[in-house]
Amino acid sequence: MNSRDQVSGVRFQAAHLRYAALAPLLFALLPLSAQQSKAWEQIPVPKLHEFHPQQPKRIELKNGIVIFLEEDHELPFISGEVLIPGGSRDVDSSKAGLIGIYSQAWRTSGTAKMSGDSMDDFLEAKAAHIETNGDDDSTALSWDSLKEDSDQVFSLAMDLLFHPEFIAEKLQLARQQEATGIVRRNDDEGEIAEREAAKLVYGANSPYTRQPELATIGKVTLADLNAWHDRTLKGKLIVGVIGDFDSAAMEAKVRAIFEPLPDATANPQRYDEFAGPKPGAYFIDKEDVNQSNVQIVGLGIDRHNPDVPAIVIMDEILSGGFGSRLFQKVRTQLGLAYAVGGGFNLPYDHPGSFRVEVLTKSVSTVDATKAALDEISALNSHPFTEAELKRAKDDILNSFLFRYDTRAKVLAEQERLEFYGYPANYLETYHDALEKVTLADVTAAAKKYVHPDKLAVLVVGNSSEIKPPVSDLGLGAPQTIDITIPRPQQSNTPSGGQQ
Amino acid sequence: MFSYFKRKLLSVCLVTLAAASVACAQGDLSTYLKGFEKNTTVKVLPNGLTLIVCERHEAPVFSYTTFIDAGDVNDPFGESGLAHMFEHLAFKGTTQIGTKNYAAEKIALEKVEAANDAYEAEYLKPIGRDEAKLKTLHDAFLAAQKEAEQYVIPNQFTEVAEANGAHGLNAETALDDTKYYWSMPENRLELWAWMESGRLSDVVPREFYKERDVVVEERRMRTDSDPIGRLIEQFQATAYVAHNYGRSGIGWPSEVSQITATEAMAFHKKYYVGGNIVVAVVGDVDTKTALPILEKYFSRIPAGPKPEEMTTVEPKQFAEKSVIIREQTQPFYVEGYHRPSYRDPDDAVYDAISDIMSNGRVSRLYRSLVEQQQIAAESAGISPLPGEKYPALFVFYAVPLPGHTPKEMRDAIRKEIEKLKTSDVSDAELQMYKTRARADILRSLGDNQGLANSLAEYQTRYGDWRELFLQLDKIDKVTKADIRRVAKQVFVDSNRTSAEIDTEPPAAGTKNEGGAE
Repeated sequence: MNSRDQVSGVRFQAAHLRYAALAPLLFALLPLSAQQSKAWEQIPVPKLHEFHPQQPKRIELKNGIVIFLEEDHELPFISGEVLIPGGSRDVDSSKAGLIGIYSQAWRTSGTAKMSGDSMDDFLEAKAAHIETNGDDDSTALSWDSLKEDSDQVFSLAMDLLFHPEFIAEKLQLARQQEATGIVRRNDDEGEIAEREAAKLVYGANSPYTRQPELATIGKVTLADLNAWHDRTLKGKLIVGVIGDFDSAAMEAKVRAIFEPLPDATANPQRYDEFAGPKPGAYFIDKEDVNQSNVQIVGLGIDRHNPDVPAIVIMDEILSGGFGSRLFQKVRTQLGLAYAVGGGFNLPYDHPGSFRVEVLTKSVSTVDATKAALDEISALNSHPFTEAELKRAKDDILNSFLFRYDTRAKVLAEQERLEFYGYPANYLETYHDALEKVTLADVTAAAKKYVHPDKLAVLVVGNSSEIKPPVSDLGLGAPQTIDITIPRPQQSNTPSGGQQ
Repeated sequence: MFSYFKRKLLSVCLVTLAAASVACAQGDLSTYLKGFEKNTTVKVLPNGLTLIVCERHEAPVFSYTTFIDAGDVNDPFGESGLAHMFEHLAFKGTTQIGTKNYAAEKIALEKVEAANDAYEAEYLKPIGRDEAKLKTLHDAFLAAQKEAEQYVIPNQFTEVAEANGAHGLNAETALDDTKYYWSMPENRLELWAWMESGRLSDVVPREFYKERDVVVEERRMRTDSDPIGRLIEQFQATAYVAHNYGRSGIGWPSEVSQITATEAMAFHKKYYVGGNIVVAVVGDVDTKTALPILEKYFSRIPAGPKPEEMTTVEPKQFAEKSVIIREQTQPFYVEGYHRPSYRDPDDAVYDAISDIMSNGRVSRLYRSLVEQQQIAAESAGISPLPGEKYPALFVFYAVPLPGHTPKEMRDAIRKEIEKLKTSDVSDAELQMYKTRARADILRSLGDNQGLANSLAEYQTRYGDWRELFLQLDKIDKVTKADIRRVAKQVFVDSNRTSAEIDTEPPAAGTKNEGGAE
């Protein structure tokens, strides 16, 4: 714990000394056109106040379950979360959508002792919450209440965690919500673009991108929900609690619940294959828009990769904020887009994607896309400069403490690292590694990970307005992607529309 | 799950959420108010600008909000979108930052303006426009811009902020007001004060016309390419006949595309004066040493009283109105009723109605439309919309489940509204509203940026940030009879505007991309 406590204080001071030697000139005394002397560089930047973020208390139970407790006495609330391994990527493709339904029906069904509806009444009267959520690699149950109600709310949350009673009526309700999402998924241009771009990278049937269909959600049964729940609850749970409590007392309460559980089962290994996109141009026509959403995508890497720090710096140079190459070129110099950005996302346990997004008016689709592609290619041809490296490092390192400036963030970070099996001092070593990145590192990372010839370009836009057409990108005739929503037989429609 | 479309509606209208409430258990907010009174200092500078400093030493960081009491509702006639356009300009730097040589740049910018005037004069000629001449003038306009660009150091203002650790840097223009905000390491306080006071007082119309193109793109993204965006713009325009709340916040295409730098600077001169600005700083700051620094820099902002108030008051609606959009997107239904501004004594009653109708799974609209009848994926009421400073709308909406129609949404919403008029809400519902309001106020006290927003907003709207806590009195006083009285008064046919998207089947021979069943 001690080493982690020192994450920040010391390290941030070094960089901040650079203006300290300058006389703290009064701004008012500066000549009016002081651009050579850079007025802002004359403003003193004192030493940053020392800061040791309070790390949560970590308790590892014999059965493998890990508990984190973070005291925070500023306000009279207590909240917590149980993180459960297993999510949508672990669901059979014939039941895609199960996690969405499960995570709703779990909470709305309630328990044998208290139905979901009664739970709503009980909690809302206390301005308290218990919620269940699902993600691609996990599900979670969380709670939150005023301190005075926390014992009651905690017991109720634990009842829901261990004794849910899934009921048909709430399964149907959740299925309808999912169905609404499915039939509306082609209304929003950005939603289409992001979804289809991910499918280009991972493949349409990948566990990471396959989408729920009316047919697959129709197949989800109560037995499926119960089986999923029973299976995942045996996994290596992570429990985090934060708020206005005494750690010793809270530890006793949480131990009493989780200590008697049998040994947690190991998280199942995954053996996914990631081929990356088939290079070329892809097109989806949307006649009710007057702008194009362009996605330039390729296969990326995961966070374990030792080159991550260099890639993060390169990303910052390419697309981090107003000073980045993409922003300067496509938005500022060419005025072609309101939004442009992207880069490598870095998932903790599987390869991510490289993705650059450009939003531009229909007629400038080709120009804006070419400009963005040029900037991507330039990562391998246009040498990185010391100034770019410095800007990127300043941007990232000077705002680094916003990753742990609240206790909630500190706790969430520790839960995340525990979940993915990263060392608890990850942020610290990551910060050090970022500091050490050199120009040569960035150049090498670009060469190794940026492959313009392996990228796919997806345009979602209005074909009648896109002139010159997408074929002018020089990537061959664009391949049209069919996004028609499959309609199952009427008898299977879970839409609730035939009452 | 409840809020996807709500967020969408709010973002479409560029509405800043009324300062999120936040606070304590059983009425014990006064303890927290005392704590805040000890840590919070308000200082009005000679130029009229109000500074608020609130100490909160959780981590070595601070957040700020600069709150300008002017937004797109103040755009002059024919210049819709101007306040927002100016907000973009505020990131372009000053005479000291973002330029290689301001003296030369100034002359070049004047030439850009003259070239634009000449071009526009020809472009707008109702008869006898000379297309050849127009092209020459346009070329000259582009050449002048290019000439001015050579002096620009692009994005230097934001680059300096980001390199110094700025986090969450952004701005929002709503109809009522404009906010600028970010967070920074505490040792950058003076640097921030220099930057922020500089851009408020010393702004340069740099790269204005390029930025105008960016804003036109933003309109495409937010409004034109989004079915709900298009619907809400028409809904607002239909609900209002006189007041600027009916005008597109981001600007009508013809107007926003012809705003000039001269107009933006005139807007700045009128509305960015001391008396119209509140700056709140929350975080790891020492008031004693910080105040003199802030005072020094923010005194640079031109003195001036608040600009004159708007005279237009939306006349009473006497005819029910409706908008129907037929297109190949999924159905949607929204209806709105005129209600008074936030200053109305019944403001908390409207909040109570909104809470009881819409807040969470116990709300009446959720229980009726989503859970019991199973006709909607989502339904709620939002009030006030599109702003709060002037008489606004109380809006209800519902997102139909597949196979259900906007008309079913309308009937179901009206039934719930009718109940408010004919029978009292329950004691439990009313108490729930009050408990949640309190807890929400408490919860909001734990976040630097949220607090900076709230303090600046309450100080502007009520003349005293303490109203953030004191509003609980008004909340506690709401009665069942109040709710019934207000519902009867406001939710009447002649005061209503509705809007819906009816899904049109695809034309024969084209592919179905998710249209009607």
